[in-house]
Amino acid sequence: MSARTRALLVGGLAVAALVVPFLFGPYRVGQFTLVLVYAVAVLGLNLLVGYSGQISLGHGAFFALGAYTAALLIEKASVPYLLAVPAAGVLCFAAGFLFGVPALRLHGLYLALVTLGLAIALPQLIKRFDGLTEGTQGLTVEQPAAPGWLPLEDDQFLYLLCLVIAALMFLLAWNMMRGQLGRAVKAVRDGEIPASTLGVDLAAVKTRVFAVSAAYAGVAGALYVFAIGFVAPEAFTLTVSFAFLAAIVVGGLATISGALFGALFIEFVPVYASDVNVALTGVIYGGVLIAFMWVLPEGAAGLPRRLRALAARRRRSDDEPDTAVEGRLTQREGVA
Amino acid sequence: MERFIQVLVDGVATGSIYAALALALVLIFRSTGIVNFAQGEMAMFSTFVAWGLYEAGVPIGLAALTTIGLSFVAGIVIERVLIRHFEGGEVLTLVIVTLGLFILLNGLAGWIWGFGNRGFPSLFSEDTVELGGVRLSVESLGIVGVLLGVVGLLFLLFQRTKVGLAMRAAALNPAASALVGVRVGHMLMLGWGLAATLGALAGVLVAPRLFLDVNLMGAVLIYAFAAAALGGFDSAIGAVVGGWVIGVSENLAGTYVDFIGADLKILVPLGIIFVVLLVRPSGLFGTREVARA
Repeated sequence: MSARTRALLVGGLAVAALVVPFLFGPYRVGQFTLVLVYAVAVLGLNLLVGYSGQISLGHGAFFALGAYTAALLIEKASVPYLLAVPAAGVLCFAAGFLFGVPALRLHGLYLALVTLGLAIALPQLIKRFDGLTEGTQGLTVEQPAAPGWLPLEDDQFLYLLCLVIAALMFLLAWNMMRGQLGRAVKAVRDGEIPASTLGVDLAAVKTRVFAVSAAYAGVAGALYVFAIGFVAPEAFTLTVSFAFLAAIVVGGLATISGALFGALFIEFVPVYASDVNVALTGVIYGGVLIAFMWVLPEGAAGLPRRLRALAARRRRSDDEPDTAVEGRLTQREGVA
Repeated sequence: MERFIQVLVDGVATGSIYAALALALVLIFRSTGIVNFAQGEMAMFSTFVAWGLYEAGVPIGLAALTTIGLSFVAGIVIERVLIRHFEGGEVLTLVIVTLGLFILLNGLAGWIWGFGNRGFPSLFSEDTVELGGVRLSVESLGIVGVLLGVVGLLFLLFQRTKVGLAMRAAALNPAASALVGVRVGHMLMLGWGLAATLGALAGVLVAPRLFLDVNLMGAVLIYAFAAAALGGFDSAIGAVVGGWVIGVSENLAGTYVDFIGADLKILVPLGIIFVVLLVRPSGLFGTREVARA
């Protein structure tokens, strides 16, 4: 993709995102606000899974930690809304760092195991500390309202607020992945031993990217509180972690733009699926994870590339069938 | 003192259930290098089938046996149809695929049987027996007995039969075993079938102690992971010992440490996994992972 088309695409997307709150009613706008919230969390998880090749099955837990941090700060300590967001991010960064130190020194599998355990344990923990979290009752948080000098409805203001923060987080991720951390992370993913001989400290890089990714989930959690105005342990079951994972696989591993597509997927699929059967969402998520790994490991973001490659191969095989066969053979050898 | 021994025996019984599921994980990990995240949900699905048979009037013992047989076939089918395609792939892909299977089975079970919970009859009587002045439940002793029997059968299979030898060879060196005539693909299918069988057994044993619902095995899977990590992911003996250690420490902590109680028992296996990873990553009985650069 040339720089020009990319600029056009990003510009078009920005315009579309800006007009959304003025085209739809409050209910739809609320849904799109949630899409932005999920996009931030999905982006964070993709930094970890897609770029560093580590896997977390428990990002719902960091999402919950961020949400509860923000909710408690706002309701019990009367902290201003905009301060609650970075606070949630910083706390989750620290939690992710502490968590990552033991788990990341080892095989990627163990991180998956431990994070799965974390996701299962977290709702229990929230219920156990009910003095602070109000347990199963949940906490109601007053949502940010549009300031008087802005000619906006509350839902539009909320959407635009989340849009600004999400845009900042996307920009930050894009910059980070082009910078020193991003290069180190990709080097580790593509080969730990070569990366370490080039002076990359494997454990430090993995821990850092895990912490960053947890911080993204935390910020998303804080935004979730803005969007919903209520937190309860039932909202942070294993399903959340699985949804995030489904979103990165659908959107495409190691793509920044895929996060948005994945977020749309996990916001709207459950809405329509639950009309058919409450269990359908799970069936779709599970089926999609397997199907994408089977036919389209690059996710939706890789579809154009895949189609171009297919078209090119067809054109080539029409012109000179021999080279096409040869090409396929060498490809097979490359795989084996 | 009597209470302490009861808690201990109960812990060993629960631990035996974890050990059964951990053995299933180890079987698959040894032969294919895959940690099967769907193992617990496969077991949950089997348990629902057993429940369905029981509701249809089949005696519970027969229902359990039928289900275990069906699970064997289902495990074989899953390996051949789904997993075969991904074998030898990247860890990330395999984790996502088995996790997809996890979510898919969970959703399907919810679709078929709903999300409510229900009681599940025990395979054993509810009586207690007196052993050396301590009253112990028949169920606990029965579970431990079943596990020991299964371990014995597995030992015989792997050490004393041609098929077991072929399975071990296929796991150790697929290419070389294929050259000497072992049908590696069949051995992998058999491994998955056996693992599904063990899982079904764990499900039928654990369901009477909890309530049967679609999330029956979520926590049990974590305990089994902890057991396998503690024992070493490639060691069958490790899985059994690990399961017992986890079961006993979970029960002790739940009974005697007020802060943990019944709610936070799940933190015990998590803590154990962490300690194992920090102190001895290969587990108590596992082989150290060595990579050639």
